[in-house]
Amino acid sequence: MAKFTVRNLTFRYDDHLALQDVSLDIPANEITVIFGPAHAGKSTLLRCLNRLNDLIETEAIHLEGQILLDGEDIYAPRVDVTELRRRVGMVFAVPIPLPLSIYENVVYGLRMRGETSSSLLTERVERSLRQAALWDEVRDRLDEPGVLLSGGQQQRLCLARTLALEPDVILLDNPTSGLDPLSTAKVEASLRELKADYTVVFVPHSVQQAARVADTAVFLLNGQLIEAGPGERIFTRPREQRTEDYVTGRFG
Amino acid sequence: MSRQTSQRIAFALLTFLAIVVMVPIVLVVAYIIVQGIGAVNWEFLTSFPRNGMKEGGILPAVIGTVLLTFGTAIASIPLAVGAAIYLSEYARDTWLTRSIRLAIINLAGIPSVVYGLFGLGLFVLFLGLGTSIVAGSLTLGLMTMPVVISTAEEALLSVPQRFRVVSRSLGASRWQTIRQVVLPNALPGMLTGVILGLERAAGETAPILFTVAAFYLPQLPKSPLDQTMALPYHLYVIATQVPGMPLEIQYGTALVLLVLVLSLNVVATVIRSRFRRRRQW
Repeated sequence: MAKFTVRNLTFRYDDHLALQDVSLDIPANEITVIFGPAHAGKSTLLRCLNRLNDLIETEAIHLEGQILLDGEDIYAPRVDVTELRRRVGMVFAVPIPLPLSIYENVVYGLRMRGETSSSLLTERVERSLRQAALWDEVRDRLDEPGVLLSGGQQQRLCLARTLALEPDVILLDNPTSGLDPLSTAKVEASLRELKADYTVVFVPHSVQQAARVADTAVFLLNGQLIEAGPGERIFTRPREQRTEDYVTGRFG
Repeated sequence: MSRQTSQRIAFALLTFLAIVVMVPIVLVVAYIIVQGIGAVNWEFLTSFPRNGMKEGGILPAVIGTVLLTFGTAIASIPLAVGAAIYLSEYARDTWLTRSIRLAIINLAGIPSVVYGLFGLGLFVLFLGLGTSIVAGSLTLGLMTMPVVISTAEEALLSVPQRFRVVSRSLGASRWQTIRQVVLPNALPGMLTGVILGLERAAGETAPILFTVAAFYLPQLPKSPLDQTMALPYHLYVIATQVPGMPLEIQYGTALVLLVLVLSLNVVATVIRSRFRRRRQW
């Protein structure tokens, strides 16, 4: 069953064609990897899925086509965008803790949704930090500022912050770009556990990482979808020459 | 000339120029302290002027300036902060926002005596507020607004954009983002701007000349619609309008005004430096 269905998506801003007629299904409870060289449109596609592109400060953004989440058009006029973003969480390439304590970072989204019960918040903090494999490292210092954590810990804090909202989908835009191999392995391990409960859409750091975590793989090039399919097939027996060239390192 | 030599000369020259900049302020402050310190004592601060202002203290002028500064704060802060939030957080780049910005820049350039005349026309006469603390505060508030708007907007813009994106991505609305993330982090910078604006208002003479300031009053103001004495105008009066005024009282009055304004400045500096040490980005 497809969580997201993207139909003929074209996205333009400031005369720049970022995505061109992209159609794909994103299956529920799997890790879907969107990979490709720089400027392929990976982040743009990701940001279309929770309408973060709406924040671009220019009049000249233009979107055609349809994105359905559980069969509902997320660009329909009466969609509550804040509600959508709670259902479709996002982790960015660079960890950006808000200038708040670890605890307050995790509960930020919940507080904004109007949760005030401190027992619920505290319970949710522990659960999400455990899911993000950070609990044991920070359990005694939840009141410290989030920025005092190391880079890898900050990124897991950002993951926990997204998980605290219990979203349906988690978007990860190259979350391990600044991390050492050990922290990267921890994040990847968390993702594999998370897919039981969440749909994960992941822009990887490298083709190797894509191959390690992908259930479904989607190859983008210059804003166009070249090939999509099960990860093991895409990375071993791609049908398209351009996919093969990229996967085997002939360009990119 | 070798590169090191020319570098040394350049540094020496720049250091010298920077020191030259300090000279006038040090001289002014030192001169006023030396000339006026003898007049300043508890009695001077807490009693009314006597004997045609040639004796006694400056209490009503000090109280008046404090009242006017508060009034200015009330008149200008909500409007200026609101405008700054609108410009920094909501407004897109359209002809409207460009004209608003242009208006603010031009407001900042208007001479203070023009504000005074405008206040006289609008608040005192047209709105019938009379020569009063309210009219003076509104006039000073108007004059202060552009400074506060610009510094507040700058403080808001200095909060990194990425915090806003993160907050929105966690399902916060635009207003929640402003309230929870942007304002708390911009507050110290905004406060600094507000204080600097008020400091200027506290020391101005021209805007209060026609709108509130009294030459001499035998009692303190009882309502916001009363006139009041104020330090800058009082200083002007005793320096130019009262024959045989003892010099020491004039300098003493100047010293009190200077200390009042500079202490606001110190408060602003303290707030700023404390925040810099505490901030997490």
